[in-house]
Amino acid sequence: MRAACLQMVYELAKKDPRVFFIGSDLGTGTLDAFKREMPERFFMEGVSEANLIGLAAGLALDGKIPYVNTIATFLTRRCFEQIVLDACLHNVNVRLLGIGGGLAYAPLGPTHLAVEDMAILRAIPNMTIVAPADADEMRRLMPLTLEHQGPIYVRIAKGNDPIVSRTDVPFAIGRALPMRAGSDALIVTTGITLKNGLDAAASLESSGIRAGVLHVPTLKPLDRDAILDAIAPVRAVVTVEEHTICGGLGTAVAELLAEAAFAPSKRFRRLGIPDVFPDEYGSQASLMERYSITAAAVVAAVTQLAH
Amino acid sequence: MPGSRTVNSHARSTAPLDERSRELRRVIVRMVQAAGRGHLASAFSVVEILRVLYDDVLRYDPKNPRWPLRDRCLLSKGHGCLGLYPILAEKGFFDPAELWKFSKRDGILGGHPEYGKVPGVEASTGSLGHGLSIGIGFALSARHDRTGARVFVVIGDGESDEGSVWEAAMCASKHCLGNLIALTDYNKQQSYGSTSEVLDLEPLADKWRSFGFAVTEVDGHDVAALRAAIPAAPDPAGRPTMVICHTVKGRGVDFVERDLMWHHKNKISEDEVRALLAGLDTP
Repeated sequence: MRAACLQMVYELAKKDPRVFFIGSDLGTGTLDAFKREMPERFFMEGVSEANLIGLAAGLALDGKIPYVNTIATFLTRRCFEQIVLDACLHNVNVRLLGIGGGLAYAPLGPTHLAVEDMAILRAIPNMTIVAPADADEMRRLMPLTLEHQGPIYVRIAKGNDPIVSRTDVPFAIGRALPMRAGSDALIVTTGITLKNGLDAAASLESSGIRAGVLHVPTLKPLDRDAILDAIAPVRAVVTVEEHTICGGLGTAVAELLAEAAFAPSKRFRRLGIPDVFPDEYGSQASLMERYSITAAAVVAAVTQLAH
Repeated sequence: MPGSRTVNSHARSTAPLDERSRELRRVIVRMVQAAGRGHLASAFSVVEILRVLYDDVLRYDPKNPRWPLRDRCLLSKGHGCLGLYPILAEKGFFDPAELWKFSKRDGILGGHPEYGKVPGVEASTGSLGHGLSIGIGFALSARHDRTGARVFVVIGDGESDEGSVWEAAMCASKHCLGNLIALTDYNKQQSYGSTSEVLDLEPLADKWRSFGFAVTEVDGHDVAALRAAIPAAPDPAGRPTMVICHTVKGRGVDFVERDLMWHHKNKISEDEVRALLAGLDTP
């Protein structure tokens, strides 16, 4: 997904002179072709995130489209105020590309786990947050970032992801994507958890539970109507995210659900990282297992709620 | 230390304030009177810096504030905005009647300047340590587009406590941004006390030199000296410039200069307003 994202930045830059790339201290060789062919629009500015965002906002205030790329934790937490004021208050076209969203950097420990990135950014007016499911969805997203007005955070999850998004479900920023129909339950996903949701729905079908899957790559602005329409006919709703349950997808859906006051009321559960700092290393998969962000956990939750 | 020696020689401004400088301060007092509050002393500190920039240095068109070839000026120490608003109004960026609605619900002029609300304000500032990085973005953009525009960023001394200022300093120097001119309003006072007590910046000139800037120092209330100190053209060696302006917080009224309580003042009484205006009668 990361390779697809950066390749798209390069391709967008070749066709649009407004595109600038700003990295912090990325791996050697990152976007070498961009640097070679368009050196006047390629910047690698060191471990100085506050300065990167301010600089990008200055370029964007002047009509440029800067794509700022570094590790998601540092891109969101270290320079949070610059994101709020320089990018979002000015409402300019800064694009934040956060590498390693979620638990991807499990072996590196909690300093590198971006598990509250979407929660903190969701609180900022004007911000758009997109977490694609896979490399193909990333390729559908990136061209749209040229004309979208206002700042965007793109959550880049771990690479080599299986492709589960589909071309027959048209992608648009701000739109929830119905991936599977089902009248008993609804599984709501964002980012790479789309695969967990689809696997769970397939498994549930074999035990007679028809679960729909609604994929929400754009966490903000939330596609409220599509989500409420999908929730309306089912009894059970389960959200699943590679993110803390405080303030992310689950919270956003819970807010909608509570205010919609469905009668009869729905049964609802959030799957995600609980309100703790992960205390194990291992792998992304092992941490997802530990915190029940798996197809099996979705199956269990839906089964319990649907009956 | 060479830095300290230079600072001492500029420690007190001896330049008298001419009628224009005193009138700009009277407008500030009347705005504070209308609002009942404001960063009065911080504004008095920066009046001559902004006056010289807008009178003598910057290239701009108040009727077309987004003119692409304009020079950019950022008041990174946004709390000094009372020093900026009267000048922008006088130059025609907006209706001077706005001045009397400072901080009011129906006004465009807040306690910190906002982009999109105030014509002529290039970025919203108020939180410290943001302006220099945004200015670098402007300077890189101007270089890329070959507009010839220059970028001026006025920062505070208390603001220079922020690490982001020094991230930006390294970046400006790396990119040889000769079109970037920073000015420090160095009044040596921050909210709690003197900068030497709270977080000493000295040797400030040497710091900026070591970060790759061309550094000049000037009496920040001496209009002629400021005109001479602000470079008329980009640095030929491609260095960004830092003009350290030695100023006096609250400059213009004796009792404001002496009392840190005037950094930000609420509930300013009519007696205090009369005393402020009387204090401005003498150069």
